[in-house]
Amino acid sequence: MANAQRDVAIVGVAESDLGRVPDKSKFQLSAEASRAALDEAGLTVKDVDGLLTTIITEGGQFSTMLMAEYMGITPRFTDSTSIGGSSFVAYVEHAAMAIATGLCEVALICHGSTNISDRGGKGGPVSQTTDVFGPSQFEEPYGVSTVGSYALAAQRHMHQYGTTSEQLAEIAVATRHWASMNPKAYMRDRITIDDVMNSRLIASPLHLLDCCLVTDAGGAVVLTSLERARDLKSKPVRVLGTGEAHTHRMISQMPDLTQTAAAISGKLAFERAGLTHTDIDVAEIYDSFTITVLLTLESLGFCKPGEGGAFVSNQRTAPGGDFPMNTQGGALSYTHPGMFGIFTVIEGTRQVRGDCGPRQVPDAKIALCNGTGGVLSSTGTIILGRD
Amino acid sequence: MALPPLPRPYQDTAPYWKAAREHRFVIQHCTECGEHQFYPRGVCSHCLSSDLEWQDASGKGEVYSFSVNHRAPHPGFADKLPFVLAIVELAEGPRMMTNIVECHPESVTIGMTVEVVFDDVTEEVTLPKFRPA
Ligand SMILES: [Zn+2]
Repeated sequence: MANAQRDVAIVGVAESDLGRVPDKSKFQLSAEASRAALDEAGLTVKDVDGLLTTIITEGGQFSTMLMAEYMGITPRFTDSTSIGGSSFVAYVEHAAMAIATGLCEVALICHGSTNISDRGGKGGPVSQTTDVFGPSQFEEPYGVSTVGSYALAAQRHMHQYGTTSEQLAEIAVATRHWASMNPKAYMRDRITIDDVMNSRLIASPLHLLDCCLVTDAGGAVVLTSLERARDLKSKPVRVLGTGEAHTHRMISQMPDLTQTAAAISGKLAFERAGLTHTDIDVAEIYDSFTITVLLTLESLGFCKPGEGGAFVSNQRTAPGGDFPMNTQGGALSYTHPGMFGIFTVIEGTRQVRGDCGPRQVPDAKIALCNGTGGVLSSTGTIILGRD
Repeated sequence: MALPPLPRPYQDTAPYWKAAREHRFVIQHCTECGEHQFYPRGVCSHCLSSDLEWQDASGKGEVYSFSVNHRAPHPGFADKLPFVLAIVELAEGPRMMTNIVECHPESVTIGMTVEVVFDDVTEEVTLPKFRPA
């Protein structure tokens, strides 16, 4: 199976309208991105026989049945794995497996969310729950939140390794620099480390500018066999290696607050691709928060545990740095509709194709994309390469 | 004044919440493999044994991590800002989510020893929380 992945390619990627899109439903955003991704390949919706999607917000139950019906698809391979924002990266693994084994021929991964419009255009919490059923009754009554969960990890990392807020801020600053080169990015004005440090403390040690955006957005990725891909309109991007894992659902149950499941999924992806860290030309690392990136870089093995702060210092991940990362501007500055995973795949594909214009990493042949879901709970890692 | 979201006890958890109401802090112990676990489950998360017993826990632990929260995740926290969200490692081994109370938020540190206190949030629900020991 590991080698079978080498015979599968991404042939189409697209975003929908991004940012604030109050006049379109999340279903429409997902479907419009799907149409655009299929168009890139010269395929139509009639070619799709595998569908992979999840919706975690209102009206999204039975996601693949819902979206298949919405778009007029009758899939013979269906996957609504729901592991948060990493789902869409894990779907690349699942789709590659399905295509390699003949379960389907053309797989569509799609996602749509109206995360900001659903909140009346304002960010921040929306929970109005009065009583909590299930294990989360051991967290929610204490005021746990997504940002609070990631803050616990950041605080622990700082305690264990001496990581600083300035080092976390390096990530936000570098990512905004990339966003300034992407016309589709939501936040494009350059920022400084001081701007991050002086932004409002949300949950110590995380400041407002350590946190991702809240936007509306849709995205889609189309995969097929490499054989068929070579006859299509677009430049095929091969799926070289993949991995997925999860370690917990609730942050209090995370085995080690300083290491994510990327230690497992990343190792698998590298092994299956037969590649090492120095082979990676560009990295697209889910940046729900700055700390997410730092922990992921360490867990993937780009540096040792505790060295993430030093690794990202001096704008190493910014344009012109020697570790180009989150080149579309990331969840911190480009878009974040609640689940960001699919956008790491879209940008990784575009970088490998050489389609990124001013923000193109010169001669990028191999990209690593890593999604993180839940509260540092799940990861999907994929390595993409030129045909 | 809005209340925070409160637990709705179910099969796995009712004995825990009942004990908390009586100001007792209890933890599950597996008679098959000898491990403690938190949160309460119908089986042991180490060996899947159903032979679990409730033990009175020491109520002692140390702060594994914490965050001073300046934004309310729910209207029930609006009048409590800033509050200290924390993971405490219990003396028995497992970790749990809680709040550190009865101290200045800025005085909380990782590794600080803490002890359980009982917050009677309503007539039905008591939340175990921790304070510096
Ligand atoms: Zn056991």
